[in-house]
Amino acid sequence: MGYELVIGLETHVELSTESKLFCSCGGHSSANEPNDCVCPACSGMPGMLPVVNRHAIELAVKAGLMLNCKINQYTTFDKKSYYYPDLPAAYQTTQWFHPICVEGLVDVEVAGETRQIGIKQIHVEEDAGKLVHTNDSSLVDYNRTSVPLIEIVTKPDFRSSAEVISYLKALKSKLQFAGISECEEGAMRCDINISVRPEGSEVLGVRTEIKNMSSLTSIEEAINKEAIRHIDAIERRTEILVQETRRWDDVKKRTFPMRNKETAADYRYFPDPNVMPVVIDDEWLAEIKADMPATVSEQIEKYMSLGLSEKEANAAAAEANLSAILDGVIAKGIEAKTAAGWLLTDGLGILKKNNIQPKDLVLDTDKFAWIINAANKGEITRNAGKTVLTAVILENVDPESYCKENNLTAQNDIELVKSVVAKAIENNPKAIEDYKAGKEKAILAVFGAAMRELRGTASPDLINKLLKEMIS
Amino acid sequence: MRYITEINKNGNIAVDDNILVKDVLASAGSHILDSFAPLFSAEAVERLEKSGYTISGKANVGEFGLDLLGETSYYGIDTENGNLKNAAASLVSSGDVEAALCVDLNGAPRRAAAAEDIIFIKPTYSTVSRYGVIACACSGEQIGVMAKNAKKAAEILSVIAGHDDKDGTSDLKEAYDYSLNDTVKGKKVCIIKELVEDASDEVKKSVADYKQKLIDLGATVEEISFKNLDAAMSAWQILLSAETCNNLSKFDGVKYGYRTPNFKNIDDIYVNTRTEGMGFLAKATILYGSDALSKGRYEICYDKAMRIRRVITEEIKKIFENYDIILTAAASSKQFESYDLKDSFNKVFEESKYTVLASLSGCPAVVTNGVQLMADSFKDNTLLSIANATWEV
Ligand SMILES: [Zn+2]
Repeated sequence: MGYELVIGLETHVELSTESKLFCSCGGHSSANEPNDCVCPACSGMPGMLPVVNRHAIELAVKAGLMLNCKINQYTTFDKKSYYYPDLPAAYQTTQWFHPICVEGLVDVEVAGETRQIGIKQIHVEEDAGKLVHTNDSSLVDYNRTSVPLIEIVTKPDFRSSAEVISYLKALKSKLQFAGISECEEGAMRCDINISVRPEGSEVLGVRTEIKNMSSLTSIEEAINKEAIRHIDAIERRTEILVQETRRWDDVKKRTFPMRNKETAADYRYFPDPNVMPVVIDDEWLAEIKADMPATVSEQIEKYMSLGLSEKEANAAAAEANLSAILDGVIAKGIEAKTAAGWLLTDGLGILKKNNIQPKDLVLDTDKFAWIINAANKGEITRNAGKTVLTAVILENVDPESYCKENNLTAQNDIELVKSVVAKAIENNPKAIEDYKAGKEKAILAVFGAAMRELRGTASPDLINKLLKEMIS
Repeated sequence: MRYITEINKNGNIAVDDNILVKDVLASAGSHILDSFAPLFSAEAVERLEKSGYTISGKANVGEFGLDLLGETSYYGIDTENGNLKNAAASLVSSGDVEAALCVDLNGAPRRAAAAEDIIFIKPTYSTVSRYGVIACACSGEQIGVMAKNAKKAAEILSVIAGHDDKDGTSDLKEAYDYSLNDTVKGKKVCIIKELVEDASDEVKKSVADYKQKLIDLGATVEEISFKNLDAAMSAWQILLSAETCNNLSKFDGVKYGYRTPNFKNIDDIYVNTRTEGMGFLAKATILYGSDALSKGRYEICYDKAMRIRRVITEEIKKIFENYDIILTAAASSKQFESYDLKDSFNKVFEESKYTVLASLSGCPAVVTNGVQLMADSFKDNTLLSIANATWEV
């Protein structure tokens, strides 16, 4: 009998705000020492009152718009109470009763097939601090306390780990693209709800939750392992499944139940009387919408209308960094198709050779535009252009002076090129003989010798033309 | 004990110990805040200091201001002939200070002002910043002013009131007019009979005398009935307890204040610190509030209390469509004897009957001549004007 996986995800993402959710402390990324970014408000001192960070609200609305959600224009904050040393106020402010975004929809693509995943809600909440355990004590660091997060809750619409991974990858690039979250390594944390049922069944199986997962590899492994555990329990009665919260052991490659104590808390939610309901009026909503960058699909459409192939458009739009560089050079008057060729063929080639991720590419668009323009005007050859581009990407050199210093400026001195070609013919008598005997490809050896001698500074077309004239 | 911490013998304003003054120990009358010194002053304190007033010290208060008159303070309370004596009220009454800032959480400063025959105003909710108040019930508590007469109360209030960016619930108006230019003549006054008939004879006489004063000055006075007092009291007790439970959770022995010496792990720190650091009334309130918020109880307790609050607030609004002022007793009795604190939770609940309407609805209330006057929100000036006019008669 076949089984169907039913998976829902809760994903926590840190918002890219300058300050924390309810105070003016900077984000923890600007901290050097533990408790650097801490004030009386975010360290649980009495007498402090929260003031909502409007930027966090705007970013959460943007996330909702990216995921096709309905925006709740009346949204409230609530208190969730529990005791833990990393939570200085003994409550977390979150959105329990009126979350900011609801009822969204997002496409996931696996093996060329697209399915839709429902988004139940997105809510804003504060992060907790960090505990550092030493041999005989534990220390608290409140730098991360009250940093704004959004939690994106999907409906139980995933049917495989591949869909989950595809969703998370797409989510990450969307959030980065719109400047909502930097989605730093490990900063996207997921809780996975999973159950298994016979194919065709409408009834849901026993659900377990795997908490606090961040690496994609572990998520995929954990889902697959947990599914097998469920199926074994159903088919071979290896154990009785219970609804519970579990953790993933990345060494033993299996899930295990959390201590009951960790999960039995009653959070005693209630509306925070110190945070007035946030009303996002039509005017504010319109401002936020106007500030949204084009979505990936809009970007693809734009590139194709500018003459890029579908493959090129997809490749450029998929990575926000590439897309920004491409838009930058297009804005400087470079024709889109040409620019895409340079960026996606030469640029990506250079990155691959040097083991650089496209998202980490730093490329000054002025310098990039200079290279493309110089090549277009014949001042440098395409080959020389690639050499300069490598130097610009790796060492951020000035392309113009680099070309001069390294004699990469194109050879327009016909006499010099002629003499080099003549010498190449003279040095390769065998190849010439073969060529004359009808082996067309033999001439490539002569051509290569001339190119090498000229270090790519003369155009291949010119060399070819001279070569053929001089042989015949 | 009148001051828990004295700051300046020549100071002219006392502040209750649940209002913060930078670098000065603040206990809120609780052992759990032992040796806690705040890093900042309450907004109201800062405004007073900027205007040239000097804080004399931190007046003794009941633990977190939850009680009748201050009797639950970890530092004890003064008595006179067996009667409880509120610290701030006695400082003002004796002329040691010109005025005192007190947090009206559940009516304690109103009862204290009635006992000492001085003035206390609980201004309209949101007009004085709560920034720097050691909070219990944020949705209703409010800093108010205790003074010997209405003029002084108005003077101090005009300094501390007005919008504060640091308090997200703060009303947006920068300043309010407390110029005492309103008159008693022509005012329509109603007496809520349920808030007089069960009080002591002494209190009833104060209300009757005050009624006569108002009539003499040209007001009309009628008697009305307010049916839902029981519901109002229960609702406020639930809201106050739930918010207090949440707000006092941060006192856990981890960051500051008292920490138990008896612990092996974090749970011991939490349980023993709070067991040893808090008194009976605070614990009873926390338990009661925790229950009201728990799973399965929230809908029938907290949620229902919020709905009752809306209904009561509407009813009070309706009264103010027909009357300018509500006149009631401020407490069941002018004096309260010392009692066994195990009874405090019930005793405070019973006494809240007289103070609950202003706490729940946020409308302003003034205690003067041993009675309580209430007016519609933002009509604080009318209350102070009437208190001023009747004081002089
Ligand atoms: Zn802070």
